[in-house]
Amino acid sequence: MSTVTDIPSAPVSEEALNAALASGQRPPRPSAASVCLTFGWRGMLKIKHVPEQLIDVTLTPVLFLVMFTYLFGGAVAGSTDDYLQFLLPGMLVQSVLFTAVYSGVTLNTDMTKGVVDRFRSLPVWRPAPLVGAVLGDAVRYGLAATVVVVLGLILGFEAKGGVVGVVAGVLLVVAFAFALSWVFTTVGLVLRSPSAVMNSGFMALFPLIFLSNIFVDPSTLPSVLETVVGVNPVSHLVTAVRGVMAGAASAGDIGLVLAEAVALTAVFAPVTARLYGAKG
Amino acid sequence: MEPAIETTGLVKSFGDARAVDGVDLQVARGSVYGVLGPNGAGKTTTIRMLATLLRPDGGSARVLGYDVVTEADAVRERISLTGQLASVDEELTGHENLVLLARLLGYKGKRAGGRAEELLTAFGLTEAAGRLVKHYSGGMRRRLDIAASIVVTPELMFLDEPTTGLDPRSRNQVWDIVRALVAQGTTVLLCTQYLDEADQLADRIAVIDHGRVIAEGTPGQLKASVGQNTLHVRLVEPGHRAEARRLLARGLDAPVQLEGDPAALSVSVADAERAAEALAELGREGVPVAGFSLGQPSLDEVFLALTGHAPTEEEIAA
Ligand SMILES: Nc1ncnc2c1ncn2[C@@H]1O[C@H](COP(=O)(O)OP(=O)(O)OP(=O)(O)O)[C@@H](O)[C@H]1O
Ligand SMILES: [Mg+2]
Repeated sequence: MSTVTDIPSAPVSEEALNAALASGQRPPRPSAASVCLTFGWRGMLKIKHVPEQLIDVTLTPVLFLVMFTYLFGGAVAGSTDDYLQFLLPGMLVQSVLFTAVYSGVTLNTDMTKGVVDRFRSLPVWRPAPLVGAVLGDAVRYGLAATVVVVLGLILGFEAKGGVVGVVAGVLLVVAFAFALSWVFTTVGLVLRSPSAVMNSGFMALFPLIFLSNIFVDPSTLPSVLETVVGVNPVSHLVTAVRGVMAGAASAGDIGLVLAEAVALTAVFAPVTARLYGAKG
Repeated sequence: MEPAIETTGLVKSFGDARAVDGVDLQVARGSVYGVLGPNGAGKTTTIRMLATLLRPDGGSARVLGYDVVTEADAVRERISLTGQLASVDEELTGHENLVLLARLLGYKGKRAGGRAEELLTAFGLTEAAGRLVKHYSGGMRRRLDIAASIVVTPELMFLDEPTTGLDPRSRNQVWDIVRALVAQGTTVLLCTQYLDEADQLADRIAVIDHGRVIAEGTPGQLKASVGQNTLHVRLVEPGHRAEARRLLARGLDAPVQLEGDPAALSVSVADAERAAEALAELGREGVPVAGFSLGQPSLDEVFLALTGHAPTEEEIAA
C-alpha cells in the first residue's frame, strides 16, 4: 500500500486557479437518467478499486452449490446429478438475493461519509444517488448469477430452455433482486451500523430461503409448511426461474414474480427516497 | 440587491437540545462572512440548514434571494458546500471525484475530463490525480474538496472549518484559494474555531455560542471588545507564578489569567511598550522568564470577554 508521504503535491498556482474559476460556467442541467447513470458509474469505479469485495459475491455461491449438490444430492433426490437439475435455479436465486443485502450495507456506509452532503446539495434529481447505486448493484447481481450458471453447466446442469431460457432466468432473478434491494436500502437508512444492516438482512433472508422450494419439493412437506412455502415470494421466483430455464415457463408464474417486484419497488423505493431526503 | 444570506430566528433542535436557537444573519454579496464559535456552538447545523440539507424547525432563511425550504432547488443551483467532514469520495481517485462532480453538474463526455484536469492543475494536484483520495494528506484532501466545490463557480460557497487539522503551509494555501474565490465575486460563508482565520479572511464575523449569536461586527470591532492584545509569559520555575502574577498585574494594571500550564500566565495589554516594561520588571525582581509572546486574543479570550465565561467543557468535548 502506498503511503501519504510519497504523493507529491505542487503548490497552488494563482493564474491557473483564476483561469479555472473564470471558466466555471454552469452547463445545462443534465437529465435525471444521465445523473443516475453517473451514480451507477461511481458504483462501478468502487468495484474497480476494490475488486476484493466481489469475492463474497462469487465465492459463496460456488461453495453453496458444490456443497449442497454433493452433500445432500444423494439423500434428497437419489443422485447428485438429478438434484443438480432441481437445485441450480434455486441456488441462482439464493446467491443473488444474498447479494441484495449489500445494497443496504453500502448505502449505510455511504451515509456516514461527508460526500453524501455534497450529493444532497447538488441541483440534481433527488433520488438519483440511490437509483444509480442500485443500478450499479445490478451489475453485481449479474456477476453472481453468471458464476452460478457457469459452474452449474460445468457440473452437468442441462438447460432445456437453451441460451434464451438461461438468460431469461438470470434476468428474472436480477429484476427481482433489484426490487428487493429497495427493501435493504430502507433498512440501510434506518439502522445505525453496516453490520446491523448485514445481520438483519441475512436474518430476514434465511427463513425466506429455507422455507421455499429451493432445496426440496414442497409436496414432501407437512401441510402447514407446504402452505407457508406456497405463499413465499421466493418460491414464486424459483418456480418461474425453473420454468424458463427448462423451457416450460408459464406466463402466470412470470407475471406473478414481476408483479411482486413492481410492488416491492413501488413501496420501498419511495420510502428509501424519503428517508434519504430527510436524513440530517 | 438582496443579501446573499438573510436569516431570521433560525431554529433547529435535536431532541430536547436546541442546536441552533434563533440565529439572525445578514451576509452581503461578495463578502466573506465568518461564523466563529467553539465545538458544539451550532455552526455546522446552521450551514446545513442554509445548504438545504436540514429543514429548519423555526424561523426562515433566504439564500441569494430564495427560500431554503420552498425554493431549495434554486438555492442548490447557486451554492456549493465544502463540509466539515471531507465532502469527497475517499474510495475514488482525485480525478474520478472531479469527473463525477463535473458530470453530475452537466459536463458531457470529454468536457468533464477536461474540467477535472483544469482544476487538478489549478490546485497543484496533477501528480496525485490517479491516487485514491484515502491516501491523500489532509491538505491535499482539502484542496480537492474545494476544487470539487468550484467545478461550477458558485455564487455562494459554504466552507465549514476548512483548515482544522492542517499544517501552517496547507492552511495558507487554503486561505489563498479563498481570497482568489472572493476576488472573482463569490460570496463565502466561513465557519471556524480560529479567531485569526476569521480575522485573516472575513469582512464581518458573527460569534455564536449555544446556538445564539452573541456578538457581530468587523474583526476590528470584535477584537476591540476583547481589549487589545494578550501577553503570554512562560516562567522557568512554576513556583514563581504567584510572584509573577502580582508583578504583572501591578505593571499592566490588568487582571492576570493563570493558564493550564503551571508555569504560564497571560494578561491583556494596551500597548507593547508597557508589556516590555513589565517583562523587564520580572527580570529585575528575580523571576526568570523562559519565553513570552505578544499576540492576538484567542477564541477563548474573545469568549471570556463576551460571555464572562470560558467555553465550557461540554463545548470543548462536543
Ligand atoms: N444529527 C444530530 N443529532 C443530534 N444532535 C446533533 C446532530 N447534529 C448536531 N447535533 C448537536 O447539535 C449541537 C451543535 O452541533 P454543530 O455540529 O452544529 O456544532 P459546531 O459548531 O459545528 O461544532 P464543531 O466545531 O464541533 O463542528 C451539538 O451539541 C451537537 O451534539
Ligand atoms: Mg461543525
